[in-house]
Amino acid sequence: MAISQMVGASIKRREDPRLVTGTGSYVDDLPQTALVHMHVVRSSEAHARILGIETGRAKEADGVVAILTGKDLKPEFGAPLPVTVCFVPDKKYPNHYPMAIDKVHYVGEPVAIVLASSRAAAEDAGERIEVKYQSLPAVVDIEKAIEAGAPVLHEELGSNLSYDVKFAAGDIEAAFKEAEITIKQRLIQQRLIPIAIEPRGVLADYKTFSNKLTVWSSTQIPHFVKVWLAVILGISESNVRVVAPEVGGGFGSKIRVYPEEILTALASRRLGRPVKWIEDRNENVKATHHGRDQIWDVEIAAKKDGTVLGIRPTQWLNLGGYCSQFGTFQVLGMLVAQGAYKMKAFDGRSVGVFTNTTPTDAYRGAGRPEATYLIERVMDLVARETGIDPVEIRRKNFVRAEDQPFTTLLGLTYDSGDYTITLDKALEMVDYAALRREQAEKRKQGTYIGIGLCTYIEICGLGPAAATQAATGVSLWGMSVVNLHFTGKATVIIGSSPHGQGHETTYAQVASDVLGIPVEDIDVQHGDTAIGPMGMDTYGSRSTALDGNAVHISAMKVQEKARKIAAHLLEAAEGDVVYENGKAFVKGTPSKAVTIQEIAMAAFQTNRLPKGMEGGLEATTFFDPSNFVWPFGAHICVVEVDGETGATKILRYVAVDDCGTRINPMVVDGQLHGGIAQGIGQALFEEGVYDEAGQLRTGSLVDYLIPTASDLPSFELAATFTPSPVNPLGTKGIGEAGTIASTPAVMNAIVDALQPFGVRDVAMPATPQKLWQLMHRNGGTTR
Amino acid sequence: MIPAAFDYVVPRTLPEAVAELVKHGQEAKVLAGGHSLIPLMKLRLSTPSFLVDIGRVGNLTYIREEDGHVAIGALTSHHDIEFSELLKNKLPLLTSAASQIGDPQVRNRGTIGGAAAHADPFGDFPACLLALDAEFKAVGPRGERSIAARDFFVDTFTSSLEPNEILREIRIPTPPPGSRGTYLKFSRRSQDWAIVAVAAQVRVTGHEVTQVAVGLTGMGSRPIRASGVEQALRGKAGHDDELRAAAERAVDGTDPQQDLNGSPDYRRHLAQVLTRRALEQITAHH
Repeated sequence: MAISQMVGASIKRREDPRLVTGTGSYVDDLPQTALVHMHVVRSSEAHARILGIETGRAKEADGVVAILTGKDLKPEFGAPLPVTVCFVPDKKYPNHYPMAIDKVHYVGEPVAIVLASSRAAAEDAGERIEVKYQSLPAVVDIEKAIEAGAPVLHEELGSNLSYDVKFAAGDIEAAFKEAEITIKQRLIQQRLIPIAIEPRGVLADYKTFSNKLTVWSSTQIPHFVKVWLAVILGISESNVRVVAPEVGGGFGSKIRVYPEEILTALASRRLGRPVKWIEDRNENVKATHHGRDQIWDVEIAAKKDGTVLGIRPTQWLNLGGYCSQFGTFQVLGMLVAQGAYKMKAFDGRSVGVFTNTTPTDAYRGAGRPEATYLIERVMDLVARETGIDPVEIRRKNFVRAEDQPFTTLLGLTYDSGDYTITLDKALEMVDYAALRREQAEKRKQGTYIGIGLCTYIEICGLGPAAATQAATGVSLWGMSVVNLHFTGKATVIIGSSPHGQGHETTYAQVASDVLGIPVEDIDVQHGDTAIGPMGMDTYGSRSTALDGNAVHISAMKVQEKARKIAAHLLEAAEGDVVYENGKAFVKGTPSKAVTIQEIAMAAFQTNRLPKGMEGGLEATTFFDPSNFVWPFGAHICVVEVDGETGATKILRYVAVDDCGTRINPMVVDGQLHGGIAQGIGQALFEEGVYDEAGQLRTGSLVDYLIPTASDLPSFELAATFTPSPVNPLGTKGIGEAGTIASTPAVMNAIVDALQPFGVRDVAMPATPQKLWQLMHRNGGTTR
Repeated sequence: MIPAAFDYVVPRTLPEAVAELVKHGQEAKVLAGGHSLIPLMKLRLSTPSFLVDIGRVGNLTYIREEDGHVAIGALTSHHDIEFSELLKNKLPLLTSAASQIGDPQVRNRGTIGGAAAHADPFGDFPACLLALDAEFKAVGPRGERSIAARDFFVDTFTSSLEPNEILREIRIPTPPPGSRGTYLKFSRRSQDWAIVAVAAQVRVTGHEVTQVAVGLTGMGSRPIRASGVEQALRGKAGHDDELRAAAERAVDGTDPQQDLNGSPDYRRHLAQVLTRRALEQITAHH
């Protein structure tokens, strides 16, 4: 029996020493000679025709190499920016080019680029460019955008409506007929601005005579970017290399092919010099896509005993000024809105709308936070209406362990899970009964404690190739190459592209156990399209379930070949040789073993190999699992709301998560800490706000508030372990679980705290002013 | 986010610095800790063509007591104020306010003189200095003059300093024994600017409130003295109902603005709540 040692060990992340000492190389740190700096002139108007762009004065400025507008580059745009299917094959959307040509549709859209010898010179010259706009009326609000007479962004589409689609199953009419209780509620998913600590950046180097293009980009998806650079620039994919060096956070905001990746490459091709663009925070808040910005209207059919019969949710999705590459991925929220619960009918509708705002796209969770917020608020609304404790409502409606694998109304099949185990553990950690008693006591004294639950499930591990191709238009799988060197050390190449997830450490742990090689002797490489055949990159908590398992499978293949070579070296029958802890030997005689070092050396001395065997000790895997993976968990948040000021303080935050096998528990905890913090950010602090003219009012980190350490409690984490049956390691995903779970847990707690004031819902973010208004709308009387 | 081009000098004495200001007129700006000016320059909202960096002018960093006053050099950092033993004993209102400004990096670089001269209505020190009846010593081409706090803060980002004057020192009358102060700040996150904040300094002698001074942050285009509160409380015993009634008057004469963090109504409400809490905190155990 192979003894697993590294999987499950909280070893320190090997990425950290270089990152915390500032010796890692982000795009802006890469050395280049003859560099040209690019500055992007961006639209100051939300909706306008471009009448002309006066560049004469700017061209004369010191250090300027060239100035290019959309009109100048239009002949070189071989294709518009890509838009994928993402659940809505028949949506209408406009061609979106890397730079505006005749018209702008949001503040921040590129209208010209300045190429200069220094960044300062480029910015100075940019100020001298005069763009003549003919202003058009703007619309930023989802509902106003589809009213008759609203200003239309893209005339060729006829209206601002991109799509209006149904996701329904079961007899919803019967459910509402059977219902003893019906509830209607509007839930707000405010616009969020992702704020990765490292903004985006691109360095493009086009070599004139070889026609080879190398692009270094702060991206989550180097492999996708490579393909689209080839398509849009009209060059051979074999001549394009994309590298994602250190990437300082993504959270979905670096998941698409961006205009600046195309613009730097085109500029470099024109100039024959490397071109660099580094996004500053001022640009980042409007040029990098936003997240969420949805309204969810829901009608609930339930019985007096708390049984939920069916729900009828409508998702109104603000796409922004264009349809971003994965702009409709958020529709995934519809598919998983059933959550951890059984019901008879689901009648969903999703509507996508264009407005004069920064395009929206995936942001940590992408559809799943929205779905979870919906169904977890639904559970609490039913609890409130029936007077039954929110815990009991959840237990009553849970999918049970014996129902697994459970197929939802919309046809997704959960892989495993007993949702009561995480709930029970979380309730025990907070001492739920005592907490409810304390809440009742304190209410009498005018102190408002709230307890909020979230018992989420999450789809991740995107994820079977056929299913993802049908749903999103992209065939997704995991990839690895495991290659042993002459001296028995290993290189692992992966198709995922980590940017904070710790794959260099955790995948080495996976390979170490299979190969019996010390973890220090295994190097994990990623984020470079010049290594490995192809990759599907990192997003949607997919990596470990796919690429991590692909590493395991490739290592198993290498082990198998090693065993065959060993049998040859030992002059034994293949069937008699076993491989354990880096050694192969005839069963029963471990003293006469050959080590992996000896086997690897033999693999490169082809004369020592069995007849017909290829040299080398390498294996490649494209891993395509049979299903998605479905982590789950229970989070409980306890808040106190100041009855006088409306300020919310989180008193406790308990999270019990089940993501199957944990390769490195410390890395899992790190993902949870960041995720929970980000979800709390949505609940309490963050909101991207536009004025009616389409100007972003939260254009800096003074106005767009992200949580900091001093605004957060200490998280209390615990785990249960339900291995996924659909991959050999039994891993699920954990990158987004914290974000998905914490927002509804916090909001349910706040609504619970304000129950004495008759408050049934609070629109996010729960600002002190908003809570004060809700508490004092009836003169501050409780009931 | 690169500032427009500018020239830069580093004078070693105040007269040299003033001479530079005189020479460059409206084009020049004084740079102290830089935590307000540099962000504005990076956004190109401020584009001075000349910076006079007074960071290396000697003898502007001190906190000392003299002639019944506490004198603070204009370049004294928020951090030094926060951790000053002298201030902790004599003017805890200032240490309390200093500890709530921005984050440690801001407090290490930011200076009290810069914060006062910047006259941000949401800054924390102005309301404190107003409540403490501070005196501002400014040096200009015609020598030094003294400006009372009530005359110093004129409007949003506008003090009564002339463009060619530099703030040298802030002097605060040492409060009498038994006088206590605190700064209560309400913001959405710990590092943010105040939505509303209250600076209160109160002395209860025996059973009588003999001194009361309240300054408000975020309640108008400049820091405001809550004279209604002061009038209502002066001479009273300091009972809870008196504190409450006095705090109600924190809205007198205020003109708070509407922004993303708060409406005028909410700010008025907060001013009353925070004033009451500040008064309760200071007068507790009397």
